[in-house]
Amino acid sequence: MRNLFAFFAGGLFGAGLFISGMTDTAKVQGWLDVFGDWDPTLAFVMGGAMIPMAIAWLLRNRRSSPALGGSFPPAPPQRIDRNLILGSVMFGFGWGLAGLCPGPSVASLSYGGVGHWVFFAAMLAGMAVTPALRRVLDRQPAAA
Amino acid sequence: MEQDWIWGLIGGLLIGTGGAVYLLANGRIMGASGIIGGLVDGTARDTKWEKLAFLAGVFLLPIIIYPVYSSIDTHVTDNWAVLIAAGLLVGIGTRIANGCTSGHGVCGMSRLSLRGFVATVAYIMAGGVGVILFRHLLGVI
Repeated sequence: MRNLFAFFAGGLFGAGLFISGMTDTAKVQGWLDVFGDWDPTLAFVMGGAMIPMAIAWLLRNRRSSPALGGSFPPAPPQRIDRNLILGSVMFGFGWGLAGLCPGPSVASLSYGGVGHWVFFAAMLAGMAVTPALRRVLDRQPAAA
Repeated sequence: MEQDWIWGLIGGLLIGTGGAVYLLANGRIMGASGIIGGLVDGTARDTKWEKLAFLAGVFLLPIIIYPVYSSIDTHVTDNWAVLIAAGLLVGIGTRIANGCTSGHGVCGMSRLSLRGFVATVAYIMAGGVGVILFRHLLGVI
C-alpha cells in the first residue's frame, strides 16, 4: 500500500513536471536568464505547487500520524549553515548550466534523449561521492 | 506560448498534490534529490521500495501522457562536458544542501521553513549568475 501511494505521488509529480514544461531546459534557463528573453513560467509552477503543499502542512498539524501509519518526519533544524549555502550555490550553477534539476531529470529520461541520460548518470555519480566529500568538508573549520 | 503560464500553474498544482499525498499518506517529504540520493548512497535502506515506487511514477507518467503532445523538444545541450559538469554539480550540491527545488523549494517554503527560503534564494541566484556567465559571457551554453 505504501508503495502504491508512493507511485501515485510520484506519478502526480512526474505528470506535473511534464505538463508544466519544467523538463524543457530552455524554459528553466529562460527563467534564470534575467538578461535574455525572460520566461516567468517557473514562478507559476512553484507558486502552483506550494498551494496544495501548504494545505498539506496545515492538515499535517491536525493529525498525529500519516494515513498509512508510521510517523511524520521531525521538524528539520532551522540552522543556516555553510553546507546549506555551499550546496545550494553548487546546485544552482549546475541547474543553470544544463537547465535540469533532480525531479525533471527523472521525468524526462523516457523522451529527452541521450543527453538526459548523460546528465542523470553524472548526477548519480555526484550523489555517490557526496558522503565522502561531506566527511572532508565537516572536518574543515566553519570559516574556511 | 501565451498559455505557458496556465500549463505551469496546472502542472504546479499537480506537483504540489503529489507532495501532499506523499506527506499525508506516506509521511514523507517529497524531495527528489533526497529520494534519489538515499538510494544511491545506501541511506534509504528500509524506505528503498517506497522511493523506487515514487521514482517509477515520476519516470512512467510522462510516457503515459506523452501521446497527448505531438512533439517534445527538451532543448537539452548536446555538449557532454557541460552535461557531466552540470550533473556532478547538481548531484553533489543537492546532497550537501540536503535538498533541491522540490524539497527546499516546494516542500520547504510552503511550510515557511527559513532553510527552504535561504536555499531557494541561493540556488536561483547561483543559477542566474551561471546562465549569465556561461551563456552571455563565455557562450558555452
